[in-house]
Amino acid sequence: MKGLLGKKVGMTQIFDESGAALPITLIEAGPCYVTQIRRPEKDGYAAVQLGFGEIKPRRLTGGQLGHLKRNELQPMRYLREFRTKSAEELAEGDVLTVALFEVGDRVDIVGTSKGKGFQGGVRRYGFKGGPRTHGQSDRLRAPGSHGATTTPGRVFKGSRGPGHMGSHRVTSENLRVDLVDTERNLLGVRGSVPGAKGALVIVREVRKQ
Amino acid sequence: MTAGLRLVKMQDHIKAVEAPVNPNIPELRAGDSVSVHVRITEGQRERIQEFRGTVIRMRKGGNNANFTVRRIATHGIGVERTFLLRSPRIEKVEIQRSAHVRRAQLYFLRDRIGKRARLKEKRRS
Repeated sequence: MKGLLGKKVGMTQIFDESGAALPITLIEAGPCYVTQIRRPEKDGYAAVQLGFGEIKPRRLTGGQLGHLKRNELQPMRYLREFRTKSAEELAEGDVLTVALFEVGDRVDIVGTSKGKGFQGGVRRYGFKGGPRTHGQSDRLRAPGSHGATTTPGRVFKGSRGPGHMGSHRVTSENLRVDLVDTERNLLGVRGSVPGAKGALVIVREVRKQ
Repeated sequence: MTAGLRLVKMQDHIKAVEAPVNPNIPELRAGDSVSVHVRITEGQRERIQEFRGTVIRMRKGGNNANFTVRRIATHGIGVERTFLLRSPRIEKVEIQRSAHVRRAQLYFLRDRIGKRARLKEKRRS
């Protein structure tokens, strides 16, 4: 199983051997601890639960502390599960670091996008808005018609329109690992990654090839 | 750890992956007349190309730091080229002369041609 929890540090550029500047996002990933292994016999599915991040013990509930204490682990801010069939190669209490990955690997990065607040249809879904000319007023960013007529007489659920945008789960797929710094637990992936700086990101193996 | 401290630590991480400063690039300033030697790969061959002109701006920012050189090509056409300061493709930079300038960005040079585009030389002591 290849997967890590990390924190988005920010973007910068690095130079490759040929001197080309690569846009990369730095992720402070791991060390992650295996906090629990889910087994099909017991839990109904196979997964590995990883923990990451410092936190004061008083910020966790007794149950959370007890859960970590089973494997003599420090309090951790984040716990996330990775569905995998190869859970047997790991044991509870194991440590996973960026050494799992090497330069050239492809990864998916899962994060929570930055919140954009309540946005109109033009920004949220790329609606075209209204015409700018031909005597139009206040139609520039209007969403247009929302539905049909007396039949069905209502707007279907899930129709696109203005509303809250951002702060939802986004996956950046198939990003190349361009940098691995085992000393600082840093991972550099090509391109952008969802979320704000300092936010939790999940690094996992590529799902679609 | 406070939120501020955490941000400082994140900045440290970004600094840690920066390329080292090129020792063959002297400290440049706007107004310097320079010759930039750039490595260019054409197929298998690698050669060095020179770009001579005036530095019209310096921009900071770690690995993203860059500077722009302006030169007048044939037929009086201005050509500007921006180089990444820490790029390994820059072989070296030579300062030919420095000028006395009163601003950091010399965009006004773009509107000037011929003798008006000259800068007053500053002798370096």
